[in-house]
Amino acid sequence: MNTNFLHSLASHLSWGARIGLTCLILFACAAILAPFVAPYNPNEIVGDVWEPVSGAFWLGTDQLGRDILSRLIHGARNTFFIAGAATLLSFSMGTFLGFLAAVSGGKTDQLLSRANDLMMAIPTLIFALVVLSVLPSSMAVLIIVMGVLDSTRVFRLSRAVAVDIVVMDYVESARLRGEGTMWVIFREILPNALSPLFAEFGLRFAFAVLFLSTLSFLGLGIQPPDADWGSMVKENKDGIVFGIPAALIPAAAIAILTISINLVVDSILSRTSSLKGGR
Amino acid sequence: MSDTHFLEVNGLEISARINMPGEPSRKIILVDNISFNLKRGEVLGLIGESGAGKSTIGLAAMSYGRSGCEISGGSIKIEGDDILKMNAKQVNEIRGTRVAYVAQSAAASFNPAHRIGDQVIEVALEHKLMSKSEALEYADILYEKLGLPDPKNFGKRYPHQVSGGQLQRAMTVMALCAKPDLIVFDEPTTALDVTTQIEVLATIKTAIEDTGVAALYITHDLAVVAQVSDQIMVLRNGKMVEYGTTDEIINHAQQKYTQDLVSIRAMEKPEQALPDSPAILQVNHISAAYDGVNKILKDVTLELHAGQTLSIVGESGSGKSTLARVITGLLPQMEGEIVFNGESLSKALKDRVPEQLRDLQMIYQMADVAMNPRHTIGQIIGRPIEFYFGIKGAENRRRTIELLDQIELGEKYIDRYPAELSGGQKQRVCIARALAAKPSLIICDEVTSALDPLVADGILQLLMELQKKHNIAYLFITHDLATVKAISDSIAVMYQGSLVRFGQKSAVLSPPFDDYTDMLLSSVPQMELGWLEKVLSTRKMQSADN
Repeated sequence: MNTNFLHSLASHLSWGARIGLTCLILFACAAILAPFVAPYNPNEIVGDVWEPVSGAFWLGTDQLGRDILSRLIHGARNTFFIAGAATLLSFSMGTFLGFLAAVSGGKTDQLLSRANDLMMAIPTLIFALVVLSVLPSSMAVLIIVMGVLDSTRVFRLSRAVAVDIVVMDYVESARLRGEGTMWVIFREILPNALSPLFAEFGLRFAFAVLFLSTLSFLGLGIQPPDADWGSMVKENKDGIVFGIPAALIPAAAIAILTISINLVVDSILSRTSSLKGGR
Repeated sequence: MSDTHFLEVNGLEISARINMPGEPSRKIILVDNISFNLKRGEVLGLIGESGAGKSTIGLAAMSYGRSGCEISGGSIKIEGDDILKMNAKQVNEIRGTRVAYVAQSAAASFNPAHRIGDQVIEVALEHKLMSKSEALEYADILYEKLGLPDPKNFGKRYPHQVSGGQLQRAMTVMALCAKPDLIVFDEPTTALDVTTQIEVLATIKTAIEDTGVAALYITHDLAVVAQVSDQIMVLRNGKMVEYGTTDEIINHAQQKYTQDLVSIRAMEKPEQALPDSPAILQVNHISAAYDGVNKILKDVTLELHAGQTLSIVGESGSGKSTLARVITGLLPQMEGEIVFNGESLSKALKDRVPEQLRDLQMIYQMADVAMNPRHTIGQIIGRPIEFYFGIKGAENRRRTIELLDQIELGEKYIDRYPAELSGGQKQRVCIARALAAKPSLIICDEVTSALDPLVADGILQLLMELQKKHNIAYLFITHDLATVKAISDSIAVMYQGSLVRFGQKSAVLSPPFDDYTDMLLSSVPQMELGWLEKVLSTRKMQSADN
């Protein structure tokens, strides 16, 4: 049954999605097995400044002479973990509040929705910069700030999805039975909203990676000497002036990751939306 | 001309390809070896349950297959030309001009942004059959012929400005406007109230007679088709069951299936006498509105005794479903009181105690949206048992199976999902869910309206059996008078939010009638030839639609 399902899933994926999935698995394996696959210690100066690509340094060295490939592999851990945790946080918060607004209606809905609008009215990046510059820079703070800011988008989506479901007879029937709000949210609505939310999860993860890279580039994300793809672009950006491509390598990694996620998500999205009629 | 066959269909076969993931694609036959002939001015009724292939045949007569379907064999000849062999341009030429189509939902078939008149004459203009002024003039004649109000100005209205019955007639005008030779009517009156249906039916019949077109009339209601058609073909699962003149089918059916269809309205429950005990449900002077101003319910007073069935009948918009919402507490009433089991019920749902909620259950019209598609049948039925009685685990499962047996489905359904069940089975599961709470009153809101007649019959019989066994009272909301006769002990007739007539079945259904009840009762199509003409000549009141 289970392998059958995986098989049917795989046979439905487009070629683009398969390429994307392969890249994602490759990245994930590298991140998990970082200490074993990385050729050097990421924070050790092993060569000259900005050495070109060679047999010893597959992707060259950075502005201090550290191996870029090793830093990239170790940086993937930070990037994946923070982006993943932030997305999870934004989804748990966003969907719960979104469903609550849709189920409660009336004043609760107005209160939550308008508060959400208020949050969204402030440009996310500026909001994040202000908050992060005040709070101590730790990984937990970073995750919470990213998660809360992103949850506004999730809130809107999940509320829209849930509003459609709330009017179904089976929800009314649960209410007539006397079920509480939590039952309605988690048992009646959530299972029926999973597929659009799952697709959105992939997209949001890609945005979180980009956002984290932006913050790191601006110096508010991962703090040195820890590696992260965004901060690596920042560290090496001066090299571009001298025609040294070191900054482009982490940038390319970010691009490949984002594109891969989008390819997979697009494929899932087209599958689930064609099933929507049967929802 | 008149004695030759205008439309000849021979050995028609329509198939579809199914591609399930992980399986080789296979072909299924939707319509199998169907043949019939039609002369000018003749009407052939195609009748069958959903999935019988009747609409597919109707569309094939326009050389059209729904996406995924393929006309894989046979021939369809219109005056000797095989339309299946025509190329796309020729087919386009015959559609609308020689063959026209009237769909079930006129409301969904008109573009709400354009005036009716412009849409009605579009085909005639598109094919350059008439000039615009000629077409408009002809449309005016047709509006009048179909009894539409103010025919000179009818075309200037927008679709939302006319009623459903009028829109259905406008659609017939649209089909007639290009003077076609053949019209395919696909359930043209199914979505209408009985009182409106009868007038649309009459106008369709005169329009066919006056213009001399041939027609295919598709419906699931044998009594309706008996009024308009010359021949009837009974279909089931894409195969022909019986084919003959209307008289042969109605009065001398040969096949068991046809006989079942003819006799379906014969079921009738003997009426129970009123018991002395106080009523289980009393609705006292209820008024209600959705916006707090315009009353949908006006001073309704009813009562229902334990173990009995009260039917509430009325057209759409009569307030019968609103009454159900008030009783369940979904819509707090403005005035009046509801007494259930001797206790006065709170207006709002959240103020009612669990015991009151348990004792009053509800079954919905659309079983597919009344069950969470992501829950298994076992979860759906087991939840009320757990919720109201706190029974979990093996005992819960045992009770669920017991309920599944009662609704004649059995244990093997317990782990299935609603999508894997047929419409009738889904409705049975909804009944089991209501039953699981051991209620003393179940509100049934149009529970059989979405089902095929034979399936609906099975559901009604099940409900009656359960009533006998568990002494449950039903509040049965319906627009179908045949159902009312079959199951009720007492009847309430509602019209525009007010109670018109209420009492024991025998009293309500016997004269003297008030005007509205008379019209309602006389509008129910009877399984007899010439019924339509007879009724129209003897009615007291016109339908609200005109």
